[in-house]
This record gives sequence, structure tokens and C-alpha cells, in this order.
Amino acid sequence: MASESEMRRNARDSGPQAQVLQRWGMMLGGGALTVYALTRRKPGIALAAAGGLLAYRGAKMGAGKFRARASFAINCSPETAYRMWRALENLPIFMRHLESVRARGDGRSEWTAIGPLNTRIRWNAEITEDRENDFLAWRSTQDSDFQTWGSVEFRRAPGNRGTIVSAEMEYAPPGGVLGKAAAAVFGKDPEFTMREDLRRFKALIEMHEIPTTEGQPHGPRSAIMSSVHQIYPEHRKPSEYYAGERTAAQRRAS
Amino acid sequence: MKAVCWMGTEKMSVETVPEPRILNPRDAIVRITSTCICGSDLHLYDGYIPTMEQGDILGHEFMGEVMEVGSGVDQGKLKVGDRVVVPFTIACGNCFFCQNQLWSCCDNTNPNAWIAEKMMGYSPSGLFGYTHMMGGYAGGQAQYARVPCADVGPLKIPEGLPDEKVVFLSDIFPTGYMAAENCNIQQGDTVAIWGCGPVAQFAIRSAFMLGAERVIAIDRVPERLQMARDGGAEIINFEEVDSVVDELKEMTGNRGPDSCMDAVGMEASGHSLFFATDRAKQALRIKMDRAEVLRQCIRACRKGGTVSIPGVYAGFVDNIPVGAGMNKALTFKMGQTHMMRYMRPLLERVERGEIDPSFVISHRVPIDRAPEMYRIFRDKEDRCTKVVLDPWADGARAA
Repeated sequence: MASESEMRRNARDSGPQAQVLQRWGMMLGGGALTVYALTRRKPGIALAAAGGLLAYRGAKMGAGKFRARASFAINCSPETAYRMWRALENLPIFMRHLESVRARGDGRSEWTAIGPLNTRIRWNAEITEDRENDFLAWRSTQDSDFQTWGSVEFRRAPGNRGTIVSAEMEYAPPGGVLGKAAAAVFGKDPEFTMREDLRRFKALIEMHEIPTTEGQPHGPRSAIMSSVHQIYPEHRKPSEYYAGERTAAQRRAS
Repeated sequence: MKAVCWMGTEKMSVETVPEPRILNPRDAIVRITSTCICGSDLHLYDGYIPTMEQGDILGHEFMGEVMEVGSGVDQGKLKVGDRVVVPFTIACGNCFFCQNQLWSCCDNTNPNAWIAEKMMGYSPSGLFGYTHMMGGYAGGQAQYARVPCADVGPLKIPEGLPDEKVVFLSDIFPTGYMAAENCNIQQGDTVAIWGCGPVAQFAIRSAFMLGAERVIAIDRVPERLQMARDGGAEIINFEEVDSVVDELKEMTGNRGPDSCMDAVGMEASGHSLFFATDRAKQALRIKMDRAEVLRQCIRACRKGGTVSIPGVYAGFVDNIPVGAGMNKALTFKMGQTHMMRYMRPLLERVERGEIDPSFVISHRVPIDRAPEMYRIFRDKEDRCTKVVLDPWADGARAA
């Protein structure tokens, strides 16, 4: 794996223009937002904090750290959580950066992620360890340009209070265009991405759908917040809705 | 449709916005027939709670008729045409917290849980019309609302009960009741309640239902004190006494009330030095909450007593006499209301005629007048205790 300083330099010197623009956009926009919020007659704490966060994220973007882990207690049996995850086709429902995962039946699978500017990153993966209702690990195959591995553990919580699902993933970008694309997808804040992915997994199991407010009515937004929404667009996938519909149908049938 | 939008601190406006639609299979769309302004909305109006955005639709006390249900809603539980009261908290029904009746702590209904986690460690449930930190759900001061997890929250109302008798099951009646329950009342107890707003009015009546012998209510607004007296409480006008704590000592033979309730929250008023510094810090946005009432509650409470906090706090307070709480062996109970525990039993009390919640209403106005009513309610003008908005009052439906 490239050293952090190397990656930082890559991102700064020769990164795709869009990424650099986005990074600077976030830093400047975030800074401006903070200043604006603090100088209003009645300063907005949230706005200032959001601005600060934005600027921080922007500054961190080039840093390239691609390892993340997260853990959530889910009110279900290890069997239920394992089955949901083991059907790898389900992963894109709650992992927003994934477009699709196709299992081929021989333990191998084809993964497609959504890259910057709507590009696609593809790789093949194989299951490296599979203990039913307990543990699952996978990694990209040798023939993939993109190196990644992940694992997830399903542990019964104390007092029979559901299952603690702990996932871990690492992306080792090979450098070059693909590496930078990967950084743009996963590298903004991998820990955050991972937590939110796992949170959606939990919601899917417990709530049978993924909570959202995207598409609800609202009054006129301010210019400044509209631009924040431009920088951080929401991107709920239609599959999130259909997954809820599917579980509803299953519940009706049973 | 028409909707009451937050456009900035002390800036409310009735806007024409698109009608809500089903976004998830367990959603329902409700045509709203009655909707209220809550005291907690005033914290948003005054700009004290962070993560509001211009254009947000407010309102979390509403009821109406189900117009549409998603494919995931069990028709046995809710169907088109049902008349329902919608609780202000949104709960999934299946997580650890919902299954333990801690409905307002639902793990799944806040799509912005990460913001709440940054501030509180863990996120409570999503709320209607109450900041992005609490989910950013569009509220119910509108003609229609989208209700997520509609097979868990909404309570069906039988024919024959008018809106004004049941609409407060959406928040303030259960909130007042839970606040009284949190007082851990034993038969014959004395309960002191700071604030005589609508929640406190229900808390006073609930405290008697739960066995209190004596309720002492504290406020300074004459019509609210009168309403408390009508509910059977003794009253203290804090403007007329040197020290509420001393007055309570006097009234209880130096023992103190068995439980003390802060039904005021983060915008308390008072005369102490701490109150002055609270106000200054709040004005400078160094902190969000001023806690004069909570301090008095802790000092006034008898040894081994209970402090119950239904009043809304959003962030941080200081100069809280934790030493008094520790050395007097106090119990603290608080929280957003676990609505689904209380709605049905309280509806039954209304049906049996044990209580008519409409007594708190002072104003019934068309939704178009909501912006001015926010100010009037905040300033306690025009003897305003509770505002009910009619979204359809002018008869014409907005585009």
C-alpha cells in the first residue's frame, strides 16, 4: 500500500480535476459557511458546525486511508443476519457505493462500485472463510486491478439481546487512475461510510425498510443550504425502497 | 398544499409546498384535520435548537384521516379512511428499544442518527418537524403529512369523539402523564410542578390520577395559574415570592415535595444570578439551555425524592447542583414520551369521560394565522394557552 504522504501528493498533484475541485470546494465552501454562520446577527451553531465539518472533510479528502470497521447490535438471531449478508446480492441495498454484486455459485462473485463522475469500478472476489451464522470473509482475486478484503462477524449479544454484527473492510488501491477513483469513492471518510452502511443493514432487518426523508416536501431553502446540498447530494437508491417492499411481501406471505 | 415553514429565528411563514407522497412501504399519507402549536415548537421559533433549516415544515401534534397506505402497512392495523391521532415520535416497533416499550428511543427511525450521535452519544427516535438532528421529518402543521412506520404509531379514534378531545393524545396529554408517572408517586404524595403550560396542566391532573394528595403548581401567568387551580392544584406565583424553594419548604413543613417536576425546560425564567448568566450565555450562543427551573427542582425536592423532567433540553446546562442531588439521594427521571405506552389507555380515559383534554385550548384559528399565533403563544398574550390550527378553515384547497 502506498504511504500516506505519497497518496496525499498524488491526490494533490495529479488527481482527477473533479476530485481536486470538490476538495477545494468543500474546504472553501465549508470555511465560508462557518464564517457566515458565526457572523450572522444570531449565529447558527449548527450551520457553523456543518461548515467546520465540511472544511475538515475537504482537508482530509486527499489523505487516503482506506480501512474501516463498524459494529452494530441488531435485534435478530445470528442466523438472520448471516443469511442476509451471505446473499451477497443484498449488499448493494445497504452499501451505497456498490452498484451490484453477482455471486457465481463457485464462491466467486463480481462486484461493481459507483466511482466519481458516474464511472464504474469492477473487481472479482472470492470467499476466503465461511462459518455459517458466525463469520464470513472475502477478498478480491489476484486477477483484479483493485485490491480489497472484508470480513463480518455475527456474535450473539449478552443476555440474548440480538446479535452484534462487526464488519471490517480494507481497500488497497493499486495507484493510478483506479486507485484515485477508489479513494474518491471510499476514502472521504471510510469509517463514516461503513457505519452508515451497517446502520442501513440493521434498519433493513429490524424496521424492514431504510428510513428516509428524501423526496418529502419543504418550503424554500436558503441559497447557502442549497449549495451545501449540491456538495453533499443525497442519493438514496431505488433498491432501498424495493427491499422494503420485498420484505413486506414476504411478511404477508408468511 | 399549505404548510407552516420555519424560515429562520422568529420567522414563520405559511408556504405552498408539494403534497407528501409515500417514500417507504410502511408509510401512510394523512389528511390533517387538526394540528397544534406545541410549547416545544417555541424553542425552534426562538432559534435555540440547532440543525433547523430554512424551509422546514414544523408541527408534531396532529390528527386526520388516512388517505393512502404503502404496500408494507398491515391492513389489519391501518387502512384508508381510518381516523387517527399521530404520535410525535416515530418508532419502528421491532428494535430492542421498541420491544422494551422505550418507543422514543427507537434505534431506526432517525435517518440523521449520526448527527444526534455526535451530540448525545446515541440517537433517539425520529420526530416530526423537530430539527434535522432528530430526523428532519416534515411536520404536521400542514394539510397533509407523510407518516412513516404507520402500522406502529397512529391510534385509531372511534366515531363520536371530536378532534379537540383527542388531538392532544399526539403529545401533551401522554407527555404530562408520563411526567407524572416519572414522579414515582406514592399514595398521599405532594408533587411540585414548575410551569403551568399545557403539558403541566395534564401533569397536574395525571398526578392526582396516580394518587398524589397535593399538587403545587408554579408559574406567573394568571390564567395559567387559574387553570392549575381549576385542576385541583395549590399555586405559587413566583413573581410574588422571594424564593420558590423557601415557599415550598414553608408549605410542606420543611420536608419538601416528594417529587419535583420541571415542565419548563430550556427557556426558563427566574431572578437568580445563575439565571442572569444563563441568559447572557444563551444570547452569545455559548450554550443553548438555561436551567433555572431544574436548579430549583433539585434544591426544593425532599430527601430521597424524585425529579421528573418533561421540559425540553437540547444541549448543555451548567451550575446544576449535582451535590444536592447526590447528598439528598434524589432520583432523576426524564425523556421524550414513550407515546405508544400511553395513547390507548389515555384514549380510554377520554372515552369514559374521566377527562376532557379540550380544556387547555384557548385559540382555534385557520392555519394561515399560524405565524402570528407563534408570537402570541410565545409572549403569552391574549390569554393564550394552546393553539389548535385548522388546515382547511378557508375551505379552499391551496394548489
